[in-house]
Amino acid sequence: MMHNDWQRWVCYLSLALSLLLMLLPLPMALLPLRPWWPALVLVYWVLEAPDRVGLGTAFITGLAADVLAGALLGDQALRLVVIVFLAQRFRARLRFFPMVQQSAAVLLLLLNDSLLRWLIRAFAGLPLPPLLAWAAPLVDAVLWPFVFLLLDGLRARMRARES
Amino acid sequence: MVLSRDGSASLFAASAGGTLRLAGYLLLAVALMMLDHHDDWLPRVRSATALAVEPAWRLAGAPARWLSDIRENLTAQSSLRRENRELRDALLLANVRIARMQALVRQNDQLKRLLDAADSLRMQGQLARVIDIDLDPYRRRLVLNRGARQGVQVGQAVVDAHGVMGQVIEVLPNTAVVLLVTDPSSALPVIDARSGVRAVAYGSGSGDLLSLPDLPINADIKVGDSLLTSGLGGRFPAGFPAATIVTIVADRSGNYLRAAARPAARLDRSDQVLLLRDLAEPMGPPAPVIDAGPPSSLIGPAPAGVGNASTPRAARNGARR
Repeated sequence: MMHNDWQRWVCYLSLALSLLLMLLPLPMALLPLRPWWPALVLVYWVLEAPDRVGLGTAFITGLAADVLAGALLGDQALRLVVIVFLAQRFRARLRFFPMVQQSAAVLLLLLNDSLLRWLIRAFAGLPLPPLLAWAAPLVDAVLWPFVFLLLDGLRARMRARES
Repeated sequence: MVLSRDGSASLFAASAGGTLRLAGYLLLAVALMMLDHHDDWLPRVRSATALAVEPAWRLAGAPARWLSDIRENLTAQSSLRRENRELRDALLLANVRIARMQALVRQNDQLKRLLDAADSLRMQGQLARVIDIDLDPYRRRLVLNRGARQGVQVGQAVVDAHGVMGQVIEVLPNTAVVLLVTDPSSALPVIDARSGVRAVAYGSGSGDLLSLPDLPINADIKVGDSLLTSGLGGRFPAGFPAATIVTIVADRSGNYLRAAARPAARLDRSDQVLLLRDLAEPMGPPAPVIDAGPPSSLIGPAPAGVGNASTPRAARNGARR
């Protein structure tokens, strides 16, 4: 019970923090490369706590991100749901990949997401992302090991304190 | 063997249920997107959840704020003194210019009164601070720390010391979202300060330039010309620096010119901005209506005075009777 309790808090806090990180300012030239923190954090929790984080969590996180950033309501919700679904589908394999391979998988997930984003924006008539935005998944893939190790370390420490 | 078959069966069952749920969530998201696209739901949802949205914005803007505070604290005293001296010089210059301007404004007022036109140079504003966060990386918007409670309204023009920045498009209780002139959905009516050619400057989706498409091929526009707001359309007050032309090229058909201009305002470095109040009555003379008629100080007590005057008379009549 206690175990579930703190894990839930770590999970929700990390998601809320990822939403805030998403808003941090960057120089204008680097803006298209901005990492999509909520996706990374959600994928981590899908891999490590699949009974806590599912499509519903992804949808609500995405909605919150949409309301905060606000281009089109439901845009990020849809994309996060797709990412989490794919991560759930391949969870059994992804979990035991070495870190480099995991990063590559994250890169593929987010490249697929870039395509989806391009389609949604084209259909909605929103300004299309610049070419540089296609390189953003690379940034996410590079950041993935750090997110993974950070959250893993956090969980291990909490568990150690628990026992 | 049995185990693996069991595992795969449960995996399959889970994924079948998962696919259904996926379809449900996707449909929900698409429905939301269509609703938002047609009826602009997002601002409504945002104002309904302003209680959560605004603190999140402020929280996300805090680190940048702390950084600039720390930098301010760490700068050596000598550089602060130098900056102070420079600012004082600049202020002196600006004050001299304002003093000269005021004479011109008075003269302009008189001339306009002679012409029976509205007074458009009077200007009221409200200072606001930029909350340093990036909302959508493909659009150019700012968040300010003043909102509906401080009297900000949708449509107000936002300027900095160098020129026009944009206009307020969304107001929450304590914050406001500004559409910058470089946003792809922004259009700014401008006039060439040198030749008087009118044009509309659109935000270009990429980079920080404005584009002026479809200028007539013989339009008198040169590289380096400065553009002012023309005030057409009534959104932006006239006469503010808007941009400087940087390139002019003929379009493919050869019938039109296409110019690019650099905004005069420092869109990415502004910290303090000025929100302009809408000019009260840009056209027509309703201002005197307020002052017309006897002053309220006479209207107010008048009935009482009449009453007082009549009562003694009635009393006197009664007494006489």
